[in-house]
Amino acid sequence: MTASNTKGLISVRDLGVTFGHGTNEVKAVRGVSFDVAQGESFGIVGESGSGKSTVLRAICGLAPTSAGTITFQGEALKAPRQPAFYRDVQMVFQDPYASLHPRHTIDKVLSEPLAIHGLDDPEGRVERALEDVGLGQGFRFRFPHQLSGGQRQRVAIARALILEPQVLLLDEPTSALDASIQAEVLNLLDALRHKRGLTYVLVSHDLAVVAHMCERLVVMQHGREVEELTRSALQHHEATQEYTRNLLVASEGFKAKGTST
Amino acid sequence: MTNMLEVKNLSVAFPSRDGPVRVVRDVSFSLGRERLGIVGESGSGKSQTGRAILGLTPSNGTVTADHLAFDGIDLRGASSSTWRQLRGRRMSMVMQDPKFSLNPVMTIGRQIVEAYRRLGRKSKSEMREKALEVLSSVQIRDPERVFDAYPHELSGGMGQRAMIAMMLVGEPDLLIADEPTSALDVTVQLDVLRILDDLVRDRGMGLIFISHDLRLVSSFCDRVLVMYAGRVVEEIAARDLHNAQHPYTCGLLHCLPKIDGGVRPLPTLERDPAWLA
Repeated sequence: MTASNTKGLISVRDLGVTFGHGTNEVKAVRGVSFDVAQGESFGIVGESGSGKSTVLRAICGLAPTSAGTITFQGEALKAPRQPAFYRDVQMVFQDPYASLHPRHTIDKVLSEPLAIHGLDDPEGRVERALEDVGLGQGFRFRFPHQLSGGQRQRVAIARALILEPQVLLLDEPTSALDASIQAEVLNLLDALRHKRGLTYVLVSHDLAVVAHMCERLVVMQHGREVEELTRSALQHHEATQEYTRNLLVASEGFKAKGTST
Repeated sequence: MTNMLEVKNLSVAFPSRDGPVRVVRDVSFSLGRERLGIVGESGSGKSQTGRAILGLTPSNGTVTADHLAFDGIDLRGASSSTWRQLRGRRMSMVMQDPKFSLNPVMTIGRQIVEAYRRLGRKSKSEMREKALEVLSSVQIRDPERVFDAYPHELSGGMGQRAMIAMMLVGEPDLLIADEPTSALDVTVQLDVLRILDDLVRDRGMGLIFISHDLRLVSSFCDRVLVMYAGRVVEEIAARDLHNAQHPYTCGLLHCLPKIDGGVRPLPTLERDPAWLA
C-alpha cells in the first residue's frame, strides 16, 4: 500500500458540484476530499446518482467546480483547463458505443489528439498505440461499427494513451462489456499501468472491479463521501459504515431468506 | 411432478445475406415449478430462447422445435387466439430496462388497469383497487403515488417493480425474466430478486431467469443452463456450479474479479472452436 505521506499527484479538497439554479438546483457532489499519489490506482465506488462520475468529470474539467479546489502536481486547476493539462490527464468513458465518432476511422480517432497537441511522428504513434492495446494494424482503417465492444474500449484506451499521459481517469471502463471481455480489458489496464507507471482514478459501481484494480478507494452516496478504505481493509471486511457493509453483502449475490451460507 | 414447460430441440433462425443464421440451436430443457437460470454472453441466444417460448420472436425469424409445450398445450404454430389466452394470463415476461418497456405517456396505474381490463369486465374502482393491491405486493410502499406517476417520475428500481406488478396481474404460472436486474444498482437488485423469490415461493410460479451474470444466477436459481453461440453447453444444479465440467462455464465463473483478492492477471476465456460443433 502507498504510504500516506507521499505528496498527492491529484488532490481534491471539499469538492462541490452544483447543476442548475433556483428550484432546479441539484447538488451532485457535496464536499468530497481525497488524494491520489503518483503511480497509485484509486477507486471511487457508489450507486447511480452518488456523484462518482461527476467527481471524475470535475477533475477533467467537464463539470463545473462550485466549491473546493482540485490541485494537480501541486497547482490549483483553473477553468477552462490548459491544453498542457490534457497532455498529462486523459479520460476513458463508460460506453465505447457512444464515445467513438461513428463516421471516423480508428486512424482518424487516434490521430486527432496528436494533431491538436502538435506531436511529431503521428504514423508511428498510431501504430504503436494500436500494438500497445493488443489490436493489430489491421484495425487501423476500420470504423467503430466494425469492431466489437471490447475492441472499441481498447481503441478508447489507445486514444487516451496516445498522448502519453501520467494519469488516466476511467469512468466505468468495463460496465458495458461482457464478463469475459471485462477480464481482458482489466488485465490490459493493469499491464499498462505497470509498464508505464500510470496513475489511475477508476470509477465503478462494482465493488469487485474496484477491489481488483485499486489499492485505495472511497465509497460515495448522495454526493457525499461515506468512507475511505484500503484494499486490504475491504478484503478483511473492515468497513466501518453501514452503507459500505450493505454494498459488500449485496455484491456477494442473492441469499434466500432463512438460509445461511 | 409434471413439467409445466417442455422444450425439445428448439431452434431460432434469422435470415441474412449469407443464408439463415441460427441464433438458437437445438435447445432442450424442461421446467417445473422452479427457478431456472439461463446464462450466457451477449449474442449467445439466451434472450431469443425466452422470446421463442412466449412466441415473441420477431416476424422475420423462424422458430422450429420437435416439441414445445406449455402445460400440455402445443405452442408450435399456436393461433393468435391461443397466444392471447396464454400471454399475460398464464405466462408473462419481465424485460430488462423499465425505461424502454413501460409506455412513457401513460401513468403506471393506467398501464396496470389496462392489463386487468383484458382479463374481464370489472368496474373502474374495482380495477383501481386491484392495481393498488398488486403494486403493494411488489413492496411498493406508496402505491397511490406510483399509481398516478409516469414512468419517468420513478427510479429504475421502482419502475422495475411496477413492471413486475404488471406481469403479475394475470397471476401467471410461468414468468420469464430477461435480465430483470441488469439496469439496477446492486442493493436495489437484491430487493427485486427478493420479490421474485417470494413470488416463486408463495404462488408456486415457475421462473426462467435470463442473465449474463453467472454468479448472481448461481446464488438465485435452482438450476442453470449455460449457453454459448446458441447452444446449451452445460446444464447444472446451481449448488454444483463450482464443479462445472465445461471449460466455458469454468471460464465464465473465473473471469470475474473477486473482492477477496484473486489471481492477477484475471484468467481470460479461451474460446475453443470445437464448442461450436
